[in-house]
Amino acid sequence: MFAGNVRCIARAITIIENNAPDARELVTKIFPRTGKAHIIGLTGPGGAGKSTLIEKVVREYRKRGKTVGVVAVDPTSPFSGGAFLGDRIRMQELSTDSGVFIRSMASRNYPGGLARATKDAVKVLDAAGKDVVLVETVGAGQSEVEIIKVAQTVVVVHAPGLGDEIQAIKAGLMEIADVFVVNKADREDADKTVMDLQSILQLSDAEGGWKPPIMKAVALTGEGVAELVDKLDEHKRFLESDPESKMKLLKAKAEAELTEAIKEKVTDSIMENLKKEGRLDECVRRILKRETDPASAAEELLREKGLE
Amino acid sequence: MQSARKIRVLIAKPGLDSHDRGAKVVARALRDAGMEVIYTGLRQTPEQIAETALQEDVDVVGLSILSGAHKTIFPRIMELLKQKGLTDVMVFAGGIIPDEDVPELKKLGIREIFGPGTPTGSIINYVFENCPKRT
Repeated sequence: MFAGNVRCIARAITIIENNAPDARELVTKIFPRTGKAHIIGLTGPGGAGKSTLIEKVVREYRKRGKTVGVVAVDPTSPFSGGAFLGDRIRMQELSTDSGVFIRSMASRNYPGGLARATKDAVKVLDAAGKDVVLVETVGAGQSEVEIIKVAQTVVVVHAPGLGDEIQAIKAGLMEIADVFVVNKADREDADKTVMDLQSILQLSDAEGGWKPPIMKAVALTGEGVAELVDKLDEHKRFLESDPESKMKLLKAKAEAELTEAIKEKVTDSIMENLKKEGRLDECVRRILKRETDPASAAEELLREKGLE
Repeated sequence: MQSARKIRVLIAKPGLDSHDRGAKVVARALRDAGMEVIYTGLRQTPEQIAETALQEDVDVVGLSILSGAHKTIFPRIMELLKQKGLTDVMVFAGGIIPDEDVPELKKLGIREIFGPGTPTGSIINYVFENCPKRT
């Protein structure tokens, strides 16, 4: 896998996605080899043109001699548990480029626009030697900010005419972006979108030395893509040049991952126990009969386990 | 805790068909049955299909073709899948494929052909029952 063997990479990602018994061991083994790739997250509202833009960005990186991994996340239906993964449609010509690896992932109801396994899938691509790993997320709105835990550079892609501009870029997305791209910049109202973004950005103070630029692009034609890739490289150099803030970032990321891993283990083991003992079902029945409420039931259960 | 394993299916349209209504109907049905369906759009080459199946580590490939080119294209696809080591992937096909061509296609390794009008329920059941059991 470290040599970039496609089958191995693909299988490794599957193992991780299904949380197979050897998944932990796999991640432990590859972890030392990670940390070299530039991990770029792309998010933004549906219809902004993320996939089309990514295709052009990948081509640009390839022109510059870089190898690229792409992880495209689409939502899992909360009802059927299935997913329609169609991001590849826009990138299919790249399938036969041996310097590009594309993987579609279903969110499997993990919150925040990513899949639980996205972080580790990115690690696989990093360890397999990809220079750049692009992560495309389900970017529906303010809550889709999980991407900052995975990416070093976050690109928020917007486009004119997607509805209430201001609404779509409240909090969340505005705060996490390192680069804004207004796609479909050939439209008449593109400049207004740029101005809207500029005015909102001015209201928040830019922390640290990086001021998120607002770039224009026309993904369909490739216009603005070379400049975007230049900017992405610039951000990477910025992160590396400022070791203190880079260290802060890395520490925050590592802590977030550790916390998450702990939470997951704790929750999993408690839940498994409760299910086995039948206590879960019992509490659910009592909740339905309105004899207790979820929060109180949770307290009761945890107190029983000595965890309150 | 192990996640419930999802069946990953690639629905691919090799050749020069100009519409994909049928393929999309099948793709959506499989999704509604709880599978993760990768759909790659129109005009796929055998190379694109095989490489996608490899990268996406799919369990099943469904080939949809309307143009009548199945006898030329399908052997190439099956050959490439074999070359890439994807011999445990279950392949089925659909679209406009005359009955008399079915035996030849099955000899290539295509497990089942679902013609127009096949209830999506049959396809779903077939996939569930014949999907490779991977650990």
